[in-house]
Amino acid sequence: MNSNTKFNILRTGLSISIALLISFGIIFLTSKEPVNAIVQLLTGPLQSQRRFGNVIEAMIPLIFTGVGVSIMFAANEINLAGEGAFHLGGLVATYFALNTTLAAGISPIMTILIAGIAGAIVTLIPAILKIKTESDVLVSSLMMNYLVLYFANYILSNILRDPKAGAVVSFAVPSVTQLSTIMPGTRIHIGLFLALIVAILGYIFMFKTKIGYELRITGENRQFARYSGINVVKITLISQLLGGFIFGVGGGVELLGMYNRFTWTSLLGYGWDAIIITTLAKKNPIHVPFAAFFLAYLRTGASIMARSTDVATELVTITQGLIILLVVAEQFLSKYKHKMIAKEAKATLGEKEGE
Amino acid sequence: MSQIVLQMNNIMKIYPNGVVAVEDVTFELEKGEIHALLGENGAGKSTLMKVLFGIESPENGEIILEGTKVDIKSPLEAIKKGIGMVHQHFMLVPSLTVAENIVLGVEPKKNSLFTDEEKAIELSKEIAEKYNFEIDVREKVEELPVGLKQKVEILKALYRGADILILDEPTAVLTPQETKELFIQLKKLKEKGHTIIFISHKLDEIKEICDRATIMRNGKGMGTYQVKDISTAEMSKLMVGRDVVMEFDKKPVQLKETVMRVRDLCVTGTTGIRRIDGLSFDLKAGEILGIAGVEGNGQGHLVEVLTGLSDKYQGEISIFGKNAKEYSIRELRDSGMAHIPEDRMTLGCAKDMNILDNMFTNQYHKPEFSGRVLLKNKKLEEKAKELIKEYLVKCKSYKQNVGMLSGGNIQKVVVAREFSTDPKIIIANQPTRGIDVGAASFIRQRIIEFRDAGCAIILISADLNEVLELSDRLAVIYKGKFSGVFSNVKNIEEVELGKYMLGIKRDDNLEGIIYEQ
Repeated sequence: MNSNTKFNILRTGLSISIALLISFGIIFLTSKEPVNAIVQLLTGPLQSQRRFGNVIEAMIPLIFTGVGVSIMFAANEINLAGEGAFHLGGLVATYFALNTTLAAGISPIMTILIAGIAGAIVTLIPAILKIKTESDVLVSSLMMNYLVLYFANYILSNILRDPKAGAVVSFAVPSVTQLSTIMPGTRIHIGLFLALIVAILGYIFMFKTKIGYELRITGENRQFARYSGINVVKITLISQLLGGFIFGVGGGVELLGMYNRFTWTSLLGYGWDAIIITTLAKKNPIHVPFAAFFLAYLRTGASIMARSTDVATELVTITQGLIILLVVAEQFLSKYKHKMIAKEAKATLGEKEGE
Repeated sequence: MSQIVLQMNNIMKIYPNGVVAVEDVTFELEKGEIHALLGENGAGKSTLMKVLFGIESPENGEIILEGTKVDIKSPLEAIKKGIGMVHQHFMLVPSLTVAENIVLGVEPKKNSLFTDEEKAIELSKEIAEKYNFEIDVREKVEELPVGLKQKVEILKALYRGADILILDEPTAVLTPQETKELFIQLKKLKEKGHTIIFISHKLDEIKEICDRATIMRNGKGMGTYQVKDISTAEMSKLMVGRDVVMEFDKKPVQLKETVMRVRDLCVTGTTGIRRIDGLSFDLKAGEILGIAGVEGNGQGHLVEVLTGLSDKYQGEISIFGKNAKEYSIRELRDSGMAHIPEDRMTLGCAKDMNILDNMFTNQYHKPEFSGRVLLKNKKLEEKAKELIKEYLVKCKSYKQNVGMLSGGNIQKVVVAREFSTDPKIIIANQPTRGIDVGAASFIRQRIIEFRDAGCAIILISADLNEVLELSDRLAVIYKGKFSGVFSNVKNIEEVELGKYMLGIKRDDNLEGIIYEQ
């Protein structure tokens, strides 16, 4: 491990610690039972199997979206349509499951694939718009999310809505299509394996394949990639397509695993969570499950804390914000890093003279 | 009699990438002298001066200015203390006038809010006259030739009250004529009591104009000498650490088939100005065609269209007998084109990726290195190790990020990548700019080896020594046109070449640039 990797681990670790300490400070200032709140936040998820199950359940969609956005951002395109891709993935999965009758094993697989394709279309549109019209991906992808949301709302209330249900929800997805639970006493479903496989495949794609290599070069230095003979337009499109596909699959899996009806009438925020995850994972898909676990744990802890004490869940939003702020702040600890490098360099100088 | 104005004691500077640029250097300046700071590229001269000018903060060491210890944290503080610096790459706003550039940041104010332009022009004129600089202060900077731009930079520093003037390789971009003029100006400044630090690696220039010289090698000080007491041979030995062999062993040229044919090439820039204006030439396998010229006379545009980076041109380019527009960049490269770009950081590498990743961007897709989907990582690793050894890249391993290497070593990575594909045409744009003598001579040696092996090479360089030494034919480019062509490179005089570069002289009959109609 070189000093750079060491430094990155140290910096991320320290960022998290500082953010937690500040959050504890806020708890102490605002809560009547601060110690209990902190204990609940940190150990709450470990207190029962069901609670730990909640952590894993929350982690599954975060892995999909984290990997998806890592691949999209690797092309140095800030495409935020992942949110919409996830949403549409859920909608299309519901629609497909309700309108087809496939065999037990095949039904969920087909449903998830179709959801993925729907997601891919959502993230591809801003990328194509950029190539054709030079519109800013950041803006068009954000708008894309609203387009998807209101489209989904329309479909839900006009086509999929179950009139017998009390709320605006779709008909229930047939049980053959639902993903089976793998751990009794929890809602952890088979999607967990799928998520982990996606993270591993994402890693292989980025670091072992030709296209992954082209993608990383394009993202790091587009001009250099073009000069080298890489088709940067094609590569960018592939990465947006693939990222959106994974988001869509994530939406489908989440719907089939955790909901049995389409109930999403507002955006769920997975697009934003994905950015937190990929920042912590430094765009490396293999690190995504760890980052996803961390975030899921923190949130589950927060909701336990909110239920059992007087501190609100929103506290964790502050913690998240602080972590991201510190992790992305390039200059944070830069003096220390410079000292470390200078010391190392001086040591090598000493070695040379000692020869 | 001499009074010490500045002392820099035991300065050490380590860059964020771990490169020790300056190890333990002591530097002393006497009032009213022209003091040479001499060393190879990468010896640490510029870094030492950046420390003085407040751009870099040193790890160790102290700076004593006029007897008091000072801590210079920013260029602004340096300017306040009477230190001015003229950078190698000019820091001017091209779209503003000379006067506006001179007063930039310290403008005279009207009603304490608006810039008083009349006053600015007046003040600029005043300072130009005081130092006998002939320049029209109303002219826009972008319209000035390089020599005048440099004068604007010097005036800028003088306007801000610089007593100590640092000139970072001022002659690197100048023609011999412009250099002469600069030297006259510098002597005048000296008479007026200014102290000048003259950074250079050109020994004859130092002999001509400097009083004392401090020599640096590999970030270390090699002593300060009276210039009149030391020979150029001694200086060069101190600077390089060995006797430099500048002569290359070149076999007589053996021309083979024509690989590139260019006729009436025109490129129009974004502002509507013709950047390339009717160029025609042939290139044969087995020769080095040198293209000399002051930077910005169309070289960049020429390289762009020849390497396929741009297809916005009129005229005809045929490569290996096929119209250049029919090639994609990948196809052009696969058929044997290699390109050493002018700016290695923007076009030549991805600095946050490792050496291995940077070495195969032009050939990872070949069956040797990958299957249909996966890369053959073992093969890549082996080849990377081999190339690092062959091209003498100084690094910890192929996993080190390219941005952590020194300029010379980054260039070696670029050259290793471009040369390892067994190229048939090499387009080398400033292949040795800003790198140390060792790396430069290694790269030049390689270029000659490729030529001897039957490769066709276009060498574009602002370094006259380089083009004169390597070229079999030499063309001078001025404002997008060839102003002269020399088939017998050995007999060219540098001053003569300078005239062509400045456009003072131009031949209408460009005999020898085209082989057959």
